Amino acid sequence: MLNRVTSMIRRRNFNISSLSVGHSEIEGLSRMTFVVEGDELILEQIAKQLGKLINVVNVTHIDNINCVSREFALIRVQTTPDTRQEIIQIATIFRADVIDVARNSMIVETTGDSGKLDSLVLLLQPFGIVEVIRSGVLAMKRGPLESDESESTEIRQPISRIKGKAELGW
Amino acid sequence: MELSGGKIVCESLIREGVDLIFGLPGGAILPLYQTLPDYPQLRHVLVRHEQGAAMAADGYSRATGKVGVAWATSGPGATNLATGLASAMMDSVPMVAITGQVARASIGKDAFQETDVTGVTLPITKHNYLVMRADEIAEVIHEAFYIARSGKPGPVLVDIPKDVFTEIADFKYPEKINIPWSPPSLDGDVSQIKSAIRLISKSERPVILTGHGLVMSGGSTELIEFAERTDIPVVSTFLGLSGFPEDHPLYIGMPGMHGAAYASMAIDESDLIIAVGMRFDDRVTGNLQSFAPKAKVIHIEIDPAEIGKNVRATVPIVGDAKRVLQQMLRVVEPGSHADWLGYLEQLRREHPLYVRETDKLLPQYIIEKLSDLTDGRAIICTGVGQHQMWVGQLYKFLEPNLLISSGGSGAMGFEVPAALGAKMGRPEKEVWTIAGDGGFQMTMNELATMVENNVPVKIILINNHQLGMVVQWQRIFYNRSFVATQYTGNPDFVKLADAYGIPARRITDKSEVVDSLAWAKEEDGPVLLDFWVDEEENVYPMIPPGLSMKDIIEDPSINLPKVPDAI
Repeated sequence: MLNRVTSMIRRRNFNISSLSVGHSEIEGLSRMTFVVEGDELILEQIAKQLGKLINVVNVTHIDNINCVSREFALIRVQTTPDTRQEIIQIATIFRADVIDVARNSMIVETTGDSGKLDSLVLLLQPFGIVEVIRSGVLAMKRGPLESDESESTEIRQPISRIKGKAELGW
Repeated sequence: MELSGGKIVCESLIREGVDLIFGLPGGAILPLYQTLPDYPQLRHVLVRHEQGAAMAADGYSRATGKVGVAWATSGPGATNLATGLASAMMDSVPMVAITGQVARASIGKDAFQETDVTGVTLPITKHNYLVMRADEIAEVIHEAFYIARSGKPGPVLVDIPKDVFTEIADFKYPEKINIPWSPPSLDGDVSQIKSAIRLISKSERPVILTGHGLVMSGGSTELIEFAERTDIPVVSTFLGLSGFPEDHPLYIGMPGMHGAAYASMAIDESDLIIAVGMRFDDRVTGNLQSFAPKAKVIHIEIDPAEIGKNVRATVPIVGDAKRVLQQMLRVVEPGSHADWLGYLEQLRREHPLYVRETDKLLPQYIIEKLSDLTDGRAIICTGVGQHQMWVGQLYKFLEPNLLISSGGSGAMGFEVPAALGAKMGRPEKEVWTIAGDGGFQMTMNELATMVENNVPVKIILINNHQLGMVVQWQRIFYNRSFVATQYTGNPDFVKLADAYGIPARRITDKSEVVDSLAWAKEEDGPVLLDFWVDEEENVYPMIPPGLSMKDIIEDPSINLPKVPDAI
């Protein structure tokens, strides 16, 4: 499925800056989150082209305003006995965790919006960054504040219960 | 019922209404082929190259409206299908291709004749499957046919490993489709239709622009009624041709790169385009910035992704062309556009599309005479290039669904196999195929298939001993530098046809055209006419690629072509 999606994005010349995939709350369904560069027309095209893929169940446009988004990163940074303490301090300010300490390096783990991750990487740069792995952005629409809003919070059915329309012919 | 995977394929095809298969066997698909003697209701046509199988299935599908079926073996057999699949994908033709794959244990091991066929065909099919268990075959084939023919149709490929054909499984044909995808609604949104009707009632210079979607939906009758009631003229894209009768007073013509100047002008001057089942291809629009500058757009289209892709729609209507026209006919009021129609008639007189008077054997003259001879009611297949555009300009289609051509993909070599498929699908119709000497030599091996199955296709070869359309671009845009376009080693096509047992004539003089066409029409089996046409001929009018209506070259002796900066 990932192959079908990325193939479509590549051949239609869309620009995406990140993509993350994982299981969803429904067995047999994955959820993919893309960060897309483009205006409204391009966003509309991407959503429509994704909707044409046979295995795509639903496409939702999550705008910047009404959502929460998080990214995860692992950063391996060079250390010396002199710099170790300073790096830990920076990590603490960012509420990042040090999850591995070696003789000449340590791994810092952090979660947050992309801006926070960018800043942390920037601040750790002078110490010498050996390796950075970022997960790509995950995003979810915020829930409704009023109880009568149309936003659905009901539990979704497993995939075997979602059926296509059996209308034949064109 | 316990059956082998191969038999499950045949049982499933029969349940989908298949009676004709185009294919060519090989090792990986052989277990499937060997079940065919048990299924006499499945007729198999042995092609000479798998590209021919895909294109014949395409021609069959376009002619009949049914889903065409092609079989091929793994590796090269499957990759040979690719050009045909790509062409069917671009033109939304429903097809199901079944390919053999190496045995399951060999997949990924670079086995003999192994190719990642689902990978190769991913972007050129609507969907594809690799079936790893015999008990999944029936469900997958049921889905494949459903997907191929629903929504915007397209080709679906089913890849089956050799040992899955021999695996035994319980066969029960599924009654329902169980996939999360559902095609777009066939009926248009009622409020959008109301908005469209309002725009139509206010418009003074409306134009209906029809495409392949109208032809495929079978909505010609509805379109005629709609155009007549609203008094709105009709222009048609190349693949939309034959969707509206060309002798109708409201018919204008084909616009675009090689369309009639007056048809392009109608769009340029229009204040409302009612696009019916078309996708604003670049050959129609030219430069999008200057396309139809004064027009609002009502876009009726089965594929929502086509709406707003190239041209922004004022009123988008997702739906089947025929069904939406029926909905509109229930509410649309009679209209009158006498001034606008008068103006378009004046444009037609001032910028006519004509075959010029000369003693030379012009290709345009042949098409014109063929149109007369067949009364605009034959199925016409074409290859790709100059002759294709002359068919678009000069054959007067009078019945629905007569043009079979690789429009979007522009696959040369389409003409012979597609005509084979079309004639086998509709044996009662006269089928002519117009070929260039370039494209003909790409797939002329299928003449053997034609003879073997006694398929009486009339072949017209527009032979200018070169790649005519490429030469035209070299003439106009590349200072007459004819690189790699001259066919100096063409065979004697009359002798070649004779070698296949096909009667043939060579025509080098204008005076022989009418008689030879009449002779070909009367012949019982396949027949070939090799017309040695004038080699200097260009297709005009021409709007150079990326330019707009104002840059149209109507006649180079009047307005000399200027070479655009970017091509």
